[in-house]
Amino acid sequence: MIHLSEEKRIDGRAADELRPITAKAGVVPRADGSAYFKIGKTEAYAAVYGPRNLFPRFLQDPEKGILRCRYNMMPFSGMGERVRPGGSRRSKEISMVTKKALLPVLDLQDFPNAVVDVFIELSQTDAGSRCAGICAAAIALADAGLSMKDLPVAVAVGKINDRIIADLNYDEEATEGEVADIPVTVLLRTGEITLLQMDGEVTKEQLMDALKMLKKVVPKIQKAQKDALKEKFKTFVENEEAR
Amino acid sequence: MGKMLLSEKEIVVPGDIIAEGMNFIPGAGTFREGDNIIASKLGMISTSGSLIKLLPLSGKYMPKVGDTIICKVIDLSMSGWRVDTNSAYSAMLSIKEASSRYISRGADLTRYFRVGDYILTKIINVTSQKLVDLTMKGPGLRRLSAGIVISVNPSKVPRIIGKNGSMVSLIKQATNCSIVVGQNGLVWIQGNPKDQVKAISAIRKIEEEAHISGLTERMEKSLNGVAHSPKEYSSKETSVNVEFSEENQAGEEQSFE
Repeated sequence: MIHLSEEKRIDGRAADELRPITAKAGVVPRADGSAYFKIGKTEAYAAVYGPRNLFPRFLQDPEKGILRCRYNMMPFSGMGERVRPGGSRRSKEISMVTKKALLPVLDLQDFPNAVVDVFIELSQTDAGSRCAGICAAAIALADAGLSMKDLPVAVAVGKINDRIIADLNYDEEATEGEVADIPVTVLLRTGEITLLQMDGEVTKEQLMDALKMLKKVVPKIQKAQKDALKEKFKTFVENEEAR
Repeated sequence: MGKMLLSEKEIVVPGDIIAEGMNFIPGAGTFREGDNIIASKLGMISTSGSLIKLLPLSGKYMPKVGDTIICKVIDLSMSGWRVDTNSAYSAMLSIKEASSRYISRGADLTRYFRVGDYILTKIINVTSQKLVDLTMKGPGLRRLSAGIVISVNPSKVPRIIGKNGSMVSLIKQATNCSIVVGQNGLVWIQGNPKDQVKAISAIRKIEEEAHISGLTERMEKSLNGVAHSPKEYSSKETSVNVEFSEENQAGEEQSFE
């Protein structure tokens, strides 16, 4: 059994410390928008195609465009056990919550009968994969030039034995005792929450404390997302100056 | 009093607050929320007077009335041709609009355009449900035979054309190619293979560096100076027409707005 000391967490982080983040925009050349987002050992790729023609026709919405999301873990991405390829009950659920987390920020009014496809692939997972997927998808959607009212940010908060922590890794999620894992997606400017799930048990006070901690850590993630997008278009300016 | 929080030409991402105060007007790619003007797209800030808008850096083409675009014929029906517009919506070219001459009912439509042909055409109508109608009646509108069609970022098309077509004529002159730029992000290039490669790499260079000032001078230098080293861009090419037909060679004047 893993023992948790009071001050530091399993991997030596402070309670409100995030794992190191790497974000990049435009990693899939043929996609209309794409991104890579890595937080700790969890690694997500997102590719956006569209707005494009939607078939079969009965799925079309003449009022506005629709969004389709696909969350998928690669066969080798697990903790040593092979993840069976193809959809599972779990991936289907995460695909659905990802879509619901992203849809409120997107403006698809201008694209009747069309579809925007978001493909999220995880090449490596260490808890927090749906959050990493949503973060990557947010960058990819912006990279695709779609109209959005904000850049959504996702991260998990939770508790281990009455201690509130941010961005749980797998070892923490698997700790024996009272563990709660709460993945959240927020729109920072307005404070709206578009995804909130919970695995475990928390009291009302603990949930509020966890959300307070969330508020403190998300600006760091959003900064990484914004920097990734700006970096993609800045590179050439710097190249020019160096010449 | 309101004030700009970010400066002209700065790159913004969705959700960025560009300015505060009621004395600014939100333009394309921005919206107002309370007192603030917020970016709704990835783009570059451009202001004129009190109007703030974003110049997009990416995104798909959206059909617009009056645009001259390059399309691929994808289907033939009784009443005309269905074409792919390189956007989310396909378009219809009716037999009435296909030629200045009368096409009788039941005529063999493949005599005009076949499936797979590329055409330079103009949008005459777009409905709220994005049904697009096209015409071939107009100067320069025709079938694009031979040559090669490449796809570029539609938001970079104005830079590839340049002021009054200055950039595209520069490339044409330097490479001896015939070039037609469609506003939907497809570019047709005809010339001998070596020149084509040169023209493609020039267009890719513009596409990459469109948002950096001094583009024209750099392009002049690289095109008229030492021959630009051809890069590998084959993965982005959408189609290569190998057959050379003699028809349609006349009328080399292209239209580009």
